[in-house]
Amino acid sequence: MQNATVKAATYNDTVVRQFAIMAVVWGVVGTLMGVIIASQLVWPELNLGLPFTSFGRLRPLHTNAVIFAFGGCALFATSYYVVQRTCQTRLFSDKLASFTFWGWQAVIVAAAISLPLGYTQGKEYGELEWPIDILIAIVWISYAIVFFGTIGIRKVKHIYVANWFYGAFILAVALLHIVESAAIPAGWFKSYSAYAGVQDAMVQWWYGHNAVGFFLTAGFLGMMYYFVPKQAERPVYSYSLSIVHFWALIFTYMWAGPHHLHYTALPDWTQSLGMVLSLILFAPSWGGMINGIMTLSGAWHKLRTDPILRFLIVSLSFYGMSTFEGPMMAIKTVNALSHYTDWTVGHVHSGALGWVGFISIGSLYFLIPRLFGQKQMYSVKAIEVHFWMATIGVVLYIAALWISGVMEGLMWRAMNADGTLAYTFVESVKAKFPYYFTRALGGFLYMSGLVIMLWNTYKTATNGKPATVEVPAVVAHA
Amino acid sequence: MDMINVLRIVFTVLSFVLFIAILVWAWRNRHSAQFKDAQNLPFDQD
Repeated sequence: MQNATVKAATYNDTVVRQFAIMAVVWGVVGTLMGVIIASQLVWPELNLGLPFTSFGRLRPLHTNAVIFAFGGCALFATSYYVVQRTCQTRLFSDKLASFTFWGWQAVIVAAAISLPLGYTQGKEYGELEWPIDILIAIVWISYAIVFFGTIGIRKVKHIYVANWFYGAFILAVALLHIVESAAIPAGWFKSYSAYAGVQDAMVQWWYGHNAVGFFLTAGFLGMMYYFVPKQAERPVYSYSLSIVHFWALIFTYMWAGPHHLHYTALPDWTQSLGMVLSLILFAPSWGGMINGIMTLSGAWHKLRTDPILRFLIVSLSFYGMSTFEGPMMAIKTVNALSHYTDWTVGHVHSGALGWVGFISIGSLYFLIPRLFGQKQMYSVKAIEVHFWMATIGVVLYIAALWISGVMEGLMWRAMNADGTLAYTFVESVKAKFPYYFTRALGGFLYMSGLVIMLWNTYKTATNGKPATVEVPAVVAHA
Repeated sequence: MDMINVLRIVFTVLSFVLFIAILVWAWRNRHSAQFKDAQNLPFDQD
């Protein structure tokens, strides 16, 4: 029994370490896939003429790798770390936590094999075939049990706001994944969606946009509400605002999906409703951003010397930028220009590389040294270099696709005096060449930054030893 | 109007009322000791 008492008094950081390291590894792999397909758009011969390396098969591999492998591992790592620290207790179940790690890695490997082979349900961000979908559901339910179980055995009265965001992310993703993946199997590697026609499209984008809202936003806001205060060494600016931020996002996000289906067979009123609710989303998003940035008030000088804090704060600037751009693009008249152009791709990447990427990178730089009993990363200078490479990379990427997207949108709608189209489609493709090159270069810079991070992580891990941290004796909130 | 639509309307309106109630509650408690404690939770561990 001696062993059990010792165990109960420490945090389970083993699973946090595993997920944190894999987050960095998948970050490099996922962005490498991105750089490859971005280069294929510049030099089509790079698809090597093989089906497995063609754009159509590697693109879902890229999106799955960056969202679910990199983003997913970062979310698992930070949520397990944060829920233990703010509940002052060890994870609810070590075995189940370990299962979520190995199960999630199995999902990623299955994706990396099945997508290049061409097995897909054809639904954006929900491509994986039904046997993998079932594994995801099992892992996710285990994750929910570990997370909410830990909250259930907490030693403090209050549930910290970061855990509310992580909890909403876990619940909503379970709901979204199960509804979206409903399909009739036709063999082990083939299935047909349970929905038909425009309902299928609406379910897809209800899922798709809430994957953005809950996987790529709520979960990472959980990170923000813990790691920004920790790194700035100041409590969050306003706790009231954080509660309003949370509930406003919860009550609005679920409605925004129809903005992906403007000017389609979806009923007009549904499109308008989606547009209006997307516009309303601007308010909670900026409320949250202001709450994060204002946490720094009185400590702005730290930005000069602390590259980790800079990652965290710049991530919030990108969050603000993309949550301004998103509602604007959801307006039907703006969407008439932007839809199906590179502008959409640029918008997604300002959120994905700028917000999700930066907040994860910053949080991981905070976590990794602590997980290995170190005060800071092996090289702080390398974090600085990483910061500038990533920032320049994102700016090149999104600026290139803004120009390219608006340009092609204008070319597609340009008409001659007699009502014929002024440009052929291929002319718009040809005009995009320099921007595609700049975008690939930006992506390459961003990926190279992550390679430096991988080296820095390796050095930090091998210079230290896996650290065991004791749960502090509870006094204040018992 | 069929029953399901009435229920949808009722649910939407109640959600909105609930949100306003949360808003008022959060704002009125902005200086409370409870929120101060919660705000400092990340710093209690070490």
